[in-house]
Amino acid sequence: MMEALLPLFVVIPLGFAFITAVAGRYIPQFHRIAIPLVFLFLAGLSAWMMANIRENILLYMVGGWEPVNGIPIGIHLSADGLSVLLLVIINTLAFFSAFYSYAYIEQYTSGQYFYALFCLMVAGMNGVAVTGDIFNLYVFLEIAAIASYALVAFGTKKEELEASFKYQVLGGLGSLFILFGIGVLYWATGTLNMADMHKLLGSAPASPGIVFAGVLLLAGFGIKSAMVPFHSWLPDAHSSAPSPISAMLSGVLIKAIGIYCLFRFFFNLFAVSVQFAYGITTLGVISMLVGGFLAINQWDTKRLLAYSSISQMGYVVMSTGIGMILLCRGGDMKIAALAIFGGVYHLVNHAFFKGLLFLNAGALEYRLQTRDLLKMGGLAHAMPVTSATSLVASMAISGIPPFNGFFSKLIIIIAAVRAGFYGLAILAVIVSIITLAYYLKFQRYAFYGKPSESGLPEKDVPFSMKGTMILLALCCLLLSVLVFPSLRNLFLMPAVHALMNMTL
Amino acid sequence: MVLFVMCFLLFLVGLYGVLTRRNLIKIIIALSIMEYSLNLFFILIGYVKGGEIPILKKAGTVPAVVVDPLPQAMILTAIVIGLATTALLLAIAIRLYRKYKTFDVSGINALKG
Repeated sequence: MMEALLPLFVVIPLGFAFITAVAGRYIPQFHRIAIPLVFLFLAGLSAWMMANIRENILLYMVGGWEPVNGIPIGIHLSADGLSVLLLVIINTLAFFSAFYSYAYIEQYTSGQYFYALFCLMVAGMNGVAVTGDIFNLYVFLEIAAIASYALVAFGTKKEELEASFKYQVLGGLGSLFILFGIGVLYWATGTLNMADMHKLLGSAPASPGIVFAGVLLLAGFGIKSAMVPFHSWLPDAHSSAPSPISAMLSGVLIKAIGIYCLFRFFFNLFAVSVQFAYGITTLGVISMLVGGFLAINQWDTKRLLAYSSISQMGYVVMSTGIGMILLCRGGDMKIAALAIFGGVYHLVNHAFFKGLLFLNAGALEYRLQTRDLLKMGGLAHAMPVTSATSLVASMAISGIPPFNGFFSKLIIIIAAVRAGFYGLAILAVIVSIITLAYYLKFQRYAFYGKPSESGLPEKDVPFSMKGTMILLALCCLLLSVLVFPSLRNLFLMPAVHALMNMTL
Repeated sequence: MVLFVMCFLLFLVGLYGVLTRRNLIKIIIALSIMEYSLNLFFILIGYVKGGEIPILKKAGTVPAVVVDPLPQAMILTAIVIGLATTALLLAIAIRLYRKYKTFDVSGINALKG
């Protein structure tokens, strides 16, 4: 019954992308009201699925093409705990960003195209989450990526066009590596279906062809998820996009088409190998350190947040990589599960607090028309809601109790210690302190201290922006309850088990 | 095997172009070269020596050896995606030219860090 809902996650946003582009021209306000409602519906649907999925795997055969002699012939959509968790994050954040855009989009002309591209991007990301076919995954990934290239350039100012071009060239390079990897995999196995490919690859030792495909895919998804040393496009693209889109790009897109695909391929398709596990962990550690150190020096609010995304994604990849190393070595499965749980939990948390921080930066830009921290100051009284919510998000991301970021970082550090990676645990603590430092800098220069010469804005931002920020700040507080065992087992452990079982 | 090696060389030529050229249009051309090399690679995967087209000509006569049609179907999709990316890249390049009056990467440097 639930599997019949899977195509809806692609069909509804895809359909509305084209409806909005046309109807938005003739019916005023159509896109501003309809699209948030669409995403609210999808978010509710995915939340209901998450509460009911447990350890099941949903399978939907597009067009009713049943397997012949056990060989799948059509395209399959499949969802397990991890896919459904990702669907919830994508659609919830999409709802918040779309609702926030209600007021924010007034700064731009042709709002209907903004919403149309937004829907296309969400359709692509939902498709990546539910697909069970690797070529289909590439197609959805490109839909999401191309829509995001266009959205980064939406303002058509000098910097935005330049950022979009850079993003497109590097993103295109990443896509081509991924396509090459998929081609090599098809050559080696003769199938595109993920479950079928896992049967062929999961037990046998890796041949040189498979290792080559693995390297290509690691590079491709490394570019997509902006792991250092492939990160140079991210600060430009994420800081130049309109703020609700920055929230989507940093909060969801790099996870959906980068990190999620990386985990999917290296846990569920290939037999886990020690070499790749160490490679992935190293990428994570370098990203965590370099992203953190580069963020300190930024004076542009959104660039600071973008570098911080690289650093926080480093935590997620490092923790999951530690889990992968333990799985390969045949270490304690409980510690491996704890490490992967820490990664997945931090991924969920990061979507919410980084989304909120980008919306805060958008609110500052909306009122002050600048992103330069040195031109701000003393805004705590002039913009109380923006100030309070950004303080919540800053504390959550720097790991201060009782916010969600504290618990996920704590679990990551405990897992690293219990797995015997003491050095990595110390590095995680140090980067956490650095994170606190640059968020204190953000708070100090934007909201406290002396007001700048340009004067203070007279009032806070409009209702739709305020409401979204308050709801997201509440999410940052509420998500910390996921650390309790009963809720954890219901919502997050299916995702962890989906990665651990190594089946699809 | 020689064909596969040459195909991979073409991929590397494109990669070299993307990394070293300083003209926006040349970067776009280099990306297209990479894409074409992958199209060629997929067609080579599906090729079977002496294979026929995988279409039933008359009822009941199935060709003994056929080429693999799946990579061909995939590459049709990939060509369409490539068209979309190239069109968008060119559109952005034209807008950039209007703003900066140059296609040279070193002249386009509003962003730094």
